[in-house]
Amino acid sequence: MAHIKINEDLPGIRCLMDFRPETAVPLNALAEVLLRNDEGLNKGERELIAAYVSSLNDCAFCQSIHGAVAAYYLGEDTVVNVKQKFKEADISNRMKALLSIAGCVQLGGKFVTEKEISFAKNEGASDIEIHDTVLIAAAFCMFNRYVDGLGTFAPDDPEMYEFRAKKIAEETGYANSSPQ
Amino acid sequence: MAYINLEKDVPGIRSLALFRPDTGKELYKLAQVLLRDDSPLSQGERELIATFVSSKNECTFCTQSHAAAAGYLFHNDTQMIDLVLTDYQNAPISEKLKCLLSIAGKVQQDARLVGDEDVANARKHGANDRDIHDTVLIAATFCMFNRYVDGLATMTPADPVLYGQMGARMGEFGYIAPSPTI
Repeated sequence: MAHIKINEDLPGIRCLMDFRPETAVPLNALAEVLLRNDEGLNKGERELIAAYVSSLNDCAFCQSIHGAVAAYYLGEDTVVNVKQKFKEADISNRMKALLSIAGCVQLGGKFVTEKEISFAKNEGASDIEIHDTVLIAAAFCMFNRYVDGLGTFAPDDPEMYEFRAKKIAEETGYANSSPQ
Repeated sequence: MAYINLEKDVPGIRSLALFRPDTGKELYKLAQVLLRDDSPLSQGERELIATFVSSKNECTFCTQSHAAAAGYLFHNDTQMIDLVLTDYQNAPISEKLKCLLSIAGKVQQDARLVGDEDVANARKHGANDRDIHDTVLIAATFCMFNRYVDGLATMTPADPVLYGQMGARMGEFGYIAPSPTI
């Protein structure tokens, strides 16, 4: 049971966006700018960072839906491997360096040090890519807390997430997605 | 020195909003809706929650600037604000706000720690669904802002006078994304 009276038919963040549409607007707009963009990082890489941070925060709903969107672009195996041990996953060194920054952000802003940043720059990461990585990781430290702090419900059915992920990737994105 | 090439002499979140205006715009809108627009919590109470969470996350820029905004909204009662940060159970604030700060503290640590009894306790002292929702989302949002500001090592001014000016601006005009000076 959620901590506040929401539409219990809607899972995760969707019931909260239905509860308070006024905050849903900038939250969805932020997700759209951060995740639905191929400049610098591509959509799959952005979703992978979101899924990775959500898995570190152990947020079932967010890691399932963003894991499913990342899998839409990069394949299921990559997502599973990144969540388990990203350093051994079949991704670029640049992406590994950015995930390592994202992991520091998840612990707290001050955990990011010159070491991680220069490693990422040496692997070819640009300022905007480092910026977007930090903000995606920080934003999921918000989304995860919002979803879990109000005790929302996360369905177990992987097909539900795959269905929504395909819809997000092919039709709605985040700015035009409806909670229903 | 910031980790990326930000405009010099611009502090904290403002330097990031200038670096990437399309995310900056949405972040300022979110702050405005959460901290200034309609809520059963007063603007001052919401700034206190933001300050409290930022202080737990040890983000000096966000703590100082939102403490200054709270100071502006609470007629410079800095003693009360300091006590909220160090020992909120003994601060001169309502029991309801104490319960909400306890929920905010759990969201800051790990949101799954927020339990039924925390929520029941807040309700017993008059909190409704919107109070609880807004508290959790403000606390969660500052877990983002704090990480964003510190994760990129943005400039944190030391001069308290500067924070006083920021607080007055935030208290009076709310959250308006900075526009480039050039």
